[in-house]
Amino acid sequence: MKDLSTHEHGRTLWRSLEELADSDEFHDLLVREFPSTAPQFLDPTTRRQFLRVMAASLALAGVTGCAYQPAEEIVPYVTQPPRITPGKPLHFATAVPLDGFGVGVLVESHEGRPSRIEGNPAHPASLGAADSFSQAAVLDLYDRDRSQVVLHRGRVSTWNDFHAFLTNEMTRLKATKGDGLRILTGTVTSPTVAALMRELQAAYPAARWHAHDPVGRRNTRLGAIQAFGREVEAISHLENADVIVSLDADFLAWGPARLRDARRFADRREPNDQRGMNRLYVAEPAPTITGAMADHRLAVRASEVASIARMLAQSLQGNEIAAETPHGSWVASLASDLKSHRGKSLVLVGESQPAEVHALAHAINALLDSSGKTVTYHDAVCASPINDESSLATLTSDIAAGKVSLLLMLGVNPGYDAPIDLDFKRSLKLMDSGGHTSIHLGPYADETAQLCAWHLPQAHFLESWNDIRAFDGSATIQQPLIKPLYEGQTTAQVIASLLGRLNESSLNLVRKYWQGVMKSGFDAAWRAAVHDGVVAGSNAKRVDVKPKALAELLEADQKHPEASALEICFRPDSTIWDGQFANSGWLQELPKPITKLTWDNALRISPADASRWQLRNEQVVELTFKASTLRTSVWIDPGHASGSMTLSLGYGRTQAGRVGSGQGFNAYALRTSTTLWHGDGVEIKPTQSHHPLATTQHFHNMAGRDLVRATTFEEFRANPQFADHHENPEHGGLSLYPGHPYDGHKWGMSINLNRCIGCNACVTACQTENNIPVVGKDEVAAGRAMHWIRVDRYYEGDDPNSPDAIYHQPVPCMHCENAPCELVCPVNATVHDSEGLNVMVYNRCVGTRYCGNNCPYKVRRFNYFGYTENQPDNLKLLHNPEVTVRTRGVMEKCTYCVQRIVEHRINVEKEDRPIRDGEFMTACQAACPTRAIVFGDLNDKTSAVSKAKQDPRDYGLLEELNTRPRTTYLAKLTNPKAEE
Amino acid sequence: MASSTAPSAESSEPVLAPGHTYATVTDKISAIVLRKKTGRRWWVGFLLAFFLVNVLFVSLAYLLSAGVGIWGVRTPVMWGFAIVNFVWWIGIGHAGTLISAILLLLKQQWRTSINRFAEAMTLFAVSCAGLFPLIHMGRWWLFYWLFPYPNTMDMWPQWRSPLVWDAFAVSTYATVSLLFWYVGLIPDVATLRDRARNRFAQIGYGILAMGWRGSARHWARYQTAYLLLAALATPLVVSVHTIVSWDFALAIMPGWHSTIFPPYFVAGAIYSGFAMVLTLALPLRKAYSLEDFITERHVDNMAKVLLATGLIVTYGYVMEAFFAWYGDNPYERFMLLQERPFGDYSHTYWMLIASNCTVVQILWLPAARRNVWLVWCISIVVNVGMWLERYVIIVTSLHKDYLPSSWDVYHGTFWDYATFYGSIGLFATLLFIFVRFLPVISMAEMRELVHHADEATEANPSQPAIQEGAEP
Repeated sequence: MKDLSTHEHGRTLWRSLEELADSDEFHDLLVREFPSTAPQFLDPTTRRQFLRVMAASLALAGVTGCAYQPAEEIVPYVTQPPRITPGKPLHFATAVPLDGFGVGVLVESHEGRPSRIEGNPAHPASLGAADSFSQAAVLDLYDRDRSQVVLHRGRVSTWNDFHAFLTNEMTRLKATKGDGLRILTGTVTSPTVAALMRELQAAYPAARWHAHDPVGRRNTRLGAIQAFGREVEAISHLENADVIVSLDADFLAWGPARLRDARRFADRREPNDQRGMNRLYVAEPAPTITGAMADHRLAVRASEVASIARMLAQSLQGNEIAAETPHGSWVASLASDLKSHRGKSLVLVGESQPAEVHALAHAINALLDSSGKTVTYHDAVCASPINDESSLATLTSDIAAGKVSLLLMLGVNPGYDAPIDLDFKRSLKLMDSGGHTSIHLGPYADETAQLCAWHLPQAHFLESWNDIRAFDGSATIQQPLIKPLYEGQTTAQVIASLLGRLNESSLNLVRKYWQGVMKSGFDAAWRAAVHDGVVAGSNAKRVDVKPKALAELLEADQKHPEASALEICFRPDSTIWDGQFANSGWLQELPKPITKLTWDNALRISPADASRWQLRNEQVVELTFKASTLRTSVWIDPGHASGSMTLSLGYGRTQAGRVGSGQGFNAYALRTSTTLWHGDGVEIKPTQSHHPLATTQHFHNMAGRDLVRATTFEEFRANPQFADHHENPEHGGLSLYPGHPYDGHKWGMSINLNRCIGCNACVTACQTENNIPVVGKDEVAAGRAMHWIRVDRYYEGDDPNSPDAIYHQPVPCMHCENAPCELVCPVNATVHDSEGLNVMVYNRCVGTRYCGNNCPYKVRRFNYFGYTENQPDNLKLLHNPEVTVRTRGVMEKCTYCVQRIVEHRINVEKEDRPIRDGEFMTACQAACPTRAIVFGDLNDKTSAVSKAKQDPRDYGLLEELNTRPRTTYLAKLTNPKAEE
Repeated sequence: MASSTAPSAESSEPVLAPGHTYATVTDKISAIVLRKKTGRRWWVGFLLAFFLVNVLFVSLAYLLSAGVGIWGVRTPVMWGFAIVNFVWWIGIGHAGTLISAILLLLKQQWRTSINRFAEAMTLFAVSCAGLFPLIHMGRWWLFYWLFPYPNTMDMWPQWRSPLVWDAFAVSTYATVSLLFWYVGLIPDVATLRDRARNRFAQIGYGILAMGWRGSARHWARYQTAYLLLAALATPLVVSVHTIVSWDFALAIMPGWHSTIFPPYFVAGAIYSGFAMVLTLALPLRKAYSLEDFITERHVDNMAKVLLATGLIVTYGYVMEAFFAWYGDNPYERFMLLQERPFGDYSHTYWMLIASNCTVVQILWLPAARRNVWLVWCISIVVNVGMWLERYVIIVTSLHKDYLPSSWDVYHGTFWDYATFYGSIGLFATLLFIFVRFLPVISMAEMRELVHHADEATEANPSQPAIQEGAEP
């Protein structure tokens, strides 16, 4: 190099690249390995030198990089597509459907691959949060078991063949005005589908539209009709409610407004709020997350809830409750509380209760002056037809009578989830044997598809254009993020093809509808609607309705449940719902909030009933209910009402796919059309067999330890420091050494146990963000679930039949200042970074697992096998490219989403400004419906997390070990009614 | 030997049966290797052991290809059989060095007839022990990252971690044990070289003998080297298990975090080591008629050591529980006073107490110490008990630590057991090969004993004289 620089003129010859590079400077460079280049860049002479050296070493690097590369053609972007910067994700607004209603979301897309779903803050049903179902939708998109092609009698066919067949059929049906044409859908709120159906009904007036939805909102709707004489949507405003009564209403987890209700509910759990803390009364059979949040929970058989509602109504009317009436004192106390909160209370009834109870609640709410304050009434959101009890029954009887010649089932799976007494499978077979045709459109070639002549693959909402309404009628235009992976079409496209509009694009169909609605200024309005994820002004109009008087409703017949008969309740599953998510590994492996079971449902029974039949966990029992029998495993559920038992829907699938088939027990095998949610008279017969269940938590009380610190609101006001047990060394100064100064950022997290409802949204959020593998039932049972954040559930109290409290406590990595894991790692694979994070260096980890043993919080997860090896290629598309996929033999754990921290650190450096508080969130924080998780910079004294840590309720888990956790908790408060 | 003192006056019994000469000692011991045919019992034992080695190989092949998930390790109990086995084997590996080095320095001549195979046993036990920390790693192929070596990452091991100290302690111990054993073997290998009749053996032993000719200078240097190695090995007896105990004592888990661990682990190691020596020596003595060399006095002495260390270990258990009670740490109280004696693993705890503390008390009786069968049975019980001790310490402490939400019960899987039994097979196979190819008792040192016995007789003619040339 010296030679080169002296020979300014003439050609320079060198024999080898080594010679070119072989200079003292180059050697220095090699020795220093990572030279600090800045000063050299300022000095013009050394700068030149440096560039030469760099060029030489680059030339060398080129030589060493001369490995044989396989010949592959690549096609680069000829012109950069607008807005796409490689490495920068884009976010698109859409909505995730569940039971026909949408929750607005933002979908993250990396180079055209949707990889993650977060809530859309602008959407009324989301408010920025996303539950596990919504977030897991992205996994469904890539599911390789999703139906890929048109099937005709089980053989691969084409859309063209189907269209040819359909055109013939429609020509035939045209003659009879559509007589014999039946369409079966789930709940439909899509304006486009509704419009197309109206068009179809106009063209084929004799055709009929049936609805079937295994979960649905049938009782809610009928209750409103009973009370008001017309269909209305009741929308709760929990922010205004001081006293909330839930009659078997799991409103934090079930219902189209669940996320919004959870947020509004939690906002009123803050002790510092001007309006004071709300108080929640819950009467329910099986504990739910709503029940776990209750200040007063009453475990009752589902059939008794109606009598409680009646008793409450009578009590509010001024009638005394006889002292010996079961639950009388509970209701009396509740009634007096409600009376003293007139206009600030709300009675909610769950879909699982009959319409009469809903009607009663509407009347009670009117009596308590709640209308317009804690609840408002709006026009119905669902498109007709309505899924009433008779809809599917009518269809089956018509099929039996041979009146149906062409049956289309769009996005439903009645072959699996129809009530057992209707025997819909038989109906489908009758269609076939009677020479009639049944057609199934669905995301999977499921149980129904097996019995149909035609099966059509349904496009996923992330790969096609659709629209959907939220609980309040707000419409969202669902935009695709990717070209259809398979040959799917949407419901709207299939209905359009019935009208002869074959292969019309889903965009065209949706656009046409909205063109008609938006009219002038369509382009701008469409753009705004698609961009924002909400169509402005599309929400349902408020109506002014008055329910029937309470007295009138109370006069109606009342059914007296047989107190001695054993009751069975059917409830949608907390993670796989009605069975539609059965093939989602994320949701199967998500521990159910109360039972902490994964991969299975089980018969939940109270400890008292378990001892009555001498049942153990995992023992198999045979249930007989209305001539059907089912064998299922038992799970003893503290807090469950005695004399009642609960089996969740959605399991026992046979055609769910590779993940979901064969898991759990099919509750639909017992569920009849008259006992959709609960029924009396089930018989239980213990057997000697045993079905292992995989749970993530084996011990359910806190063993007398201060893990979840809780007290009542009253106690808290008397002693705000109750959670501070003086073990925090920052107060006492236990260390010999001065702490690390942390000049830049100092990240920390605070989890508010008062807001946390234990819904698991954070767990799924973490799983999608951090590429956490699914390990399967056997591995979960072997204690190897990989979730980086888990929600611990503890019972408090001595009586397992009625625990005093059920607590949820999310536990991510605590990022301890004195981390026990860091001390014991022999290879420096887990270390503290300059911003206080306890980071895991995967490629340095050799897998001694010492850190996992020494972690008192047990948040470290180990790859016992290569869980991420052998993943199907399409699932690899799902990975977040910002996060390493861990290999076998490596420890992993929560990173505080360090990839997000780094991304924003780079952004603000470019913009030359500090990171603003709340500018970015960890994945768990972003998903949390109740905003229980706060993350931020502890060096910023004004940040939300700093303020949370100043709260007197702040405490660190196991702080007495002097680990100095960075994740701390705000103690939980309950607000029971003062003793009278 | 370096010491030239006569057998102490108070030891009434000789450590070598009367009537032996240099020749008879050498004949009898070298015959096992050179003259006798490979017996049927040797073959049966060897094949059984070799079968277990194959079980080990299959287990390892599966383990290394699939991952440690084939074992029962799970989230609260991330260390299982592998570490239990490691600590157990390394404990067994303590007896050899203790007998060879410390007893040598303490001039306990009775050690002579047992030190050779005790050392061999140590070496094989340490080999088995060394296997487990290696294979229990998630990414075993990167094991060398635990050692400081120059690398482009500029990374050193994390010196605060006891696992790094462990890597040094165990590898040092293995090296010194090997050297000590081999140096001690040189004169005997030379004897075998000289006596071997087949060419192959002559060459083989010749290479191993490193040109030993038995000159006075050789002997002088040999004895200095041997003594130096003994001095070097002595602190290792204490240090290795102290450091192994730090793997636990430095962690913050209740049941691990205890200052009593180092002495209590060392005592436990000696306890299990002596038990294993007895387990092996007694059948060997019978099979090769070595009653003249391993006399009842040896059995008696070793039983006494067993009793003494057993009592120390018992003291350790009592103090562990006492500290938990006295320290008033709720987590330690829960673990040591509630969970260990009455929890999910209480059966292992009480079996451990019965095996390690109760049964050994029989050895207070002199008659029991001389009953070979009884001592052998007790030694087996102690071996089992010491394995259980490690199981209790590792598994019980981890399975219920701080947060009840993570508590879970651990059980070894088929592959855990297969690997464990396989390691016993490896140990036994190596021992069988050793017994067949090398002298199990140090001939050179036994000849010294003969020499001392002669001196004693000359000094004190009232003692029965060893008759020249008499058959034992």
